[in-house]
Amino acid sequence: MLAADALPPRFSEWFAARGWAPRAHQLAMVEKGRQGRDALLIAPTGGGKTLAGFLPSLIELSERAPRNTPAGVHTLYVSPLKALAVDIERNLATPIREMGLKVVAESRTGDTGEARKARQRLRPPDILLTTPEQLALFCAWEGAREYFADLSCVIVDEAHAMWPNKRGDLLALGLARLQRFSPKMRRVGLSATVDDPDLVQRWLGVNEPPPPRGEGAGGGGPARTASDALPAAPHPQPLPTRGRGSHEVDLVLGSGGAQPIVEVLVSGGKVPWAGHTAEHAMAEVYEIIKASKTALVFVNTRFQAEFAFQELWKLNDDGLAIALHHGSLAAEQRRKVEAAMARGEIRAVVCTSTLDMGIDWGDVDLVIQLAAPKGASRMVQRIGRANHRLDEPSRAILVPASRFEMLECRAAADAILGGHLDGEPARTGALDVLAQHLMGLACSEPFALTDLYDEIRAAGPYADLAWEDFETVVDFVSTGGYALKSYDKFRRIVPGQGGLWRARNAQTVLRHRMNVGTIVTAAMVNVRVGGGKRPMGGRKVGEAEEGFFEAMKPGDTFIFAGQVWRFNSLVGTDAFVSLAPDKDPMMPSWGGAKFPLSTYLASRVRAMMHDETEWAALPADVQEWLGYQKLRSIMPGEDEMLLETFPHGKRHHLVFYSFEGRLAHTTLAMLLTRRLDRMGVGPLGFVANDYAVNIWSLKSMADLDLDALFAQDMLGDDLEAWLNESFLMKRAFKACALISGLIERRHPGEEKSGRQVTFSTDLIYDVLRRHQPDHLLLRCARADAATGSLDVARLGDMLARIQGRIRHAALDRVSPFAVPIMLEIGRERAPGDAAGEMILAEAEEDLIAEAMS
Amino acid sequence: MSSLSFKISDCGGLKIEVFGTRATLRHSGALWLEGERAMVVADLHFEKGSSYAARFGQMLPPYDTRETLDRLERELAALNPATLIFLGDSFHDGAGEDRLPADDRARIAALARGRDLVWAVGNHDADGPRALPGAVVDEAAIAGLTFRHEPLPGAQPGEVAGHLHPAARVTSGRASVRRRCFVTDGSRLVLPAFGAFTGGLNILDAAFAPLFGTPPLAAALGRGRVHAVGWKSLRPD
Repeated sequence: MLAADALPPRFSEWFAARGWAPRAHQLAMVEKGRQGRDALLIAPTGGGKTLAGFLPSLIELSERAPRNTPAGVHTLYVSPLKALAVDIERNLATPIREMGLKVVAESRTGDTGEARKARQRLRPPDILLTTPEQLALFCAWEGAREYFADLSCVIVDEAHAMWPNKRGDLLALGLARLQRFSPKMRRVGLSATVDDPDLVQRWLGVNEPPPPRGEGAGGGGPARTASDALPAAPHPQPLPTRGRGSHEVDLVLGSGGAQPIVEVLVSGGKVPWAGHTAEHAMAEVYEIIKASKTALVFVNTRFQAEFAFQELWKLNDDGLAIALHHGSLAAEQRRKVEAAMARGEIRAVVCTSTLDMGIDWGDVDLVIQLAAPKGASRMVQRIGRANHRLDEPSRAILVPASRFEMLECRAAADAILGGHLDGEPARTGALDVLAQHLMGLACSEPFALTDLYDEIRAAGPYADLAWEDFETVVDFVSTGGYALKSYDKFRRIVPGQGGLWRARNAQTVLRHRMNVGTIVTAAMVNVRVGGGKRPMGGRKVGEAEEGFFEAMKPGDTFIFAGQVWRFNSLVGTDAFVSLAPDKDPMMPSWGGAKFPLSTYLASRVRAMMHDETEWAALPADVQEWLGYQKLRSIMPGEDEMLLETFPHGKRHHLVFYSFEGRLAHTTLAMLLTRRLDRMGVGPLGFVANDYAVNIWSLKSMADLDLDALFAQDMLGDDLEAWLNESFLMKRAFKACALISGLIERRHPGEEKSGRQVTFSTDLIYDVLRRHQPDHLLLRCARADAATGSLDVARLGDMLARIQGRIRHAALDRVSPFAVPIMLEIGRERAPGDAAGEMILAEAEEDLIAEAMS
Repeated sequence: MSSLSFKISDCGGLKIEVFGTRATLRHSGALWLEGERAMVVADLHFEKGSSYAARFGQMLPPYDTRETLDRLERELAALNPATLIFLGDSFHDGAGEDRLPADDRARIAALARGRDLVWAVGNHDADGPRALPGAVVDEAAIAGLTFRHEPLPGAQPGEVAGHLHPAARVTSGRASVRRRCFVTDGSRLVLPAFGAFTGGLNILDAAFAPLFGTPPLAAALGRGRVHAVGWKSLRPD
């Protein structure tokens, strides 16, 4: 325990004047700062975490000697959200002003005005607050090296949300670059509670690559000379570097705070069989909102948000200020809600993950989760949004939307109380991100390949990057990496004097700077008010994915931004709509939860079903349902998978309950139907949700060899064959093509609409797949599809787990467990080319009908 | 008033009459005139990939020419036409011919073996190929039909053109599909683009309006067959 006099008088007096005592973890962070150590602070929200991160920098800045020349940036703060960077700028102003520190702290995001940006370049602030995308742009600046030469500290906020994705890869590469500019630079991470801090530490820290590989070379940078071109001789394979010579990042833990109070809403004992909306519980939710000061109502998708908002307002006889907040609403509208929240004028906000982190809301006293949270870690984050005072417990109510969700919510509540969070798998840096970074570096200053290779391996996610892969990425950035060397004369980066690589010309540099970033969102269209034959640019209501309008006809109605609209037309990147307040909206596709059910929760649900003593905590109708299942079918053991076959109508169904989440289930169902097709069963369709898969056919599937059907080899050739045809691959490829710079979102002077990008990447994908199937981007896309959209790793674990443990119940009718998934039939349509052919065939039938009528 | 009747051929093509000439719309996007043993393709845009690399430094895969050639050669093998008509924009830009890899150039030259090549010029390749075999023309008249790159506005009985890259979008329930297509009213015909990297323009676009007096038929390219799509089933993008 450190004494309070660890702080300089000015700081301890400030704490005292506010009636605060510095917390142990704040003092610990100050100590780490003084020792020059990298540090990761893990603490729950409300513990003064941000201040803990900045204190060492503020102290250092307050103690620095006056200088004649303007100093460079002292501390760089990186936040995942633009709004958070701006918010922190505001929050820092208070201690700086009250302590009379001569410190300038300014934010710089994509929204910052040009004048301010230009000034910041000439006169760097002491503390610069920004986002990972801006850091990537800094790395592509000419003169970045001088600008950051004085950098003492980088603070990465919300590190738990930053590291396990491509954005985290790009940020890690940016940190490695900054470290080269300023070797003394210290790294500080701020994180919410995570399952495995070691993974975040490794991502945040400096990974010292092994000594240069030029064997027997003396001092003076032996490897430097080998970089005039891509070395012809194979570069020696780097030794595994984890834990060898790496800087350790010290871990600082904040105190736990009060245990949250988490309840599961039982809804008067009436839990619906299926669904995602929790419509049945709205009246209760409304009463709960009425009884609390300010509630955050979290949902998992934007459509659930629109729906819940609509339903709550139908009940809102008291005229409570209930607001809506999600990523599609116009930014201005969101800012309004946020401001009203801050002023304490709002009783409830229905929101999606846009409010999962960041800005401090002050007076929220209750968090309501509508429909199961799908993972314990996310729920802990959301609960942390209530009561930002550490010693008071946060309150949360989970509202299950169906019977299986009732089990899941119970499991989530137990997990939160027991501190069992969902683990993230370790991550390997993506090569498309590396390609973007490499191009950026070439825009900034010339580089030598061997130096750069070492720099990149200093970034945690790229510690094990093989020289061959590095070479492939360099080749891709330079010429596109095609087996056909026809683009040698159009290289984007060229080797020049002394073997240093540089960007081809100013045009290349400009184009790169316009396309920095790793967030590839679905193409968005503006939703504008307007109608008639020639719609004009009316008021913008918000943005929606292009696909949302694709299947709509003019005249269709839908809910958006809390109101019912009529769709009029789609012109370019604008969807024109008009208000249709008296119409019933035709329901949009709900899509269920967009988050996969976490592995931990899934196994808890399986255990809970099997252990009848756990049933007592469940509502009567859910208990009854479980009881009937046991009676009519089988209640599987904890390590078994139940599979049922039964006829229904003219069809035969095969339903199994694997609880691996919708993504893994969809993949599995695609592969199984291929296999069933080969077995001559003739599957007609399938539907998958978080809990189960339902496949139907004309012939009975009761006599199949189930172990053979679920044999693990389906993840080999079957997966490969299906994947190549799959739209998932095309989508993954598009993302990789954009990130790596093969396709550009923005050209100088023009913006490509999402539709154009979609169309051309599909064509490029098909051509590339046929002519160079081992191309870097196809490798990237395959890896992404396997981890992201398909959850192949999880599927592999599951197939291994259930080998020889499939419990088959051959039934003569639908079982109680099967009801929810039977109800989902008809809500889904298997996407893909086969469906496309069906649509065309249907249209032809329409034509014939048209002709005959 | 032109008649509009069609039937699906054995090979998945759509048999129609254009201004009295019997024609098959192939699912490859090629037009086959059996009587003349002539095959017609539009908008190949050879070397579109390398054009982007040369102009913008954007390294699209350089395989589009050979991809297009693969499909073209398959059609030639199936039909063995006496005449092969290119409806313009065969190269993406004037310098495209010079950028051809040697093997692709040889393959294009070999297309002329045992048949006549007719290169109608388009806006992308206004001069037509210089060193490749075949006749370079502004337009050609064969079997009572007129072959040119860009369709002329107003009624043009017997015109066969390209240029517009027609595509049809059809919706069913919540799903939708967009395919390249032929467009015809029985009097004139617009061919889909044949090139590997060529995009499509929705046939509900205003650019098609001056061409057809009555709602035309869209023949969408499917897997292994052509689908006739009625005007009422079409959707804008």
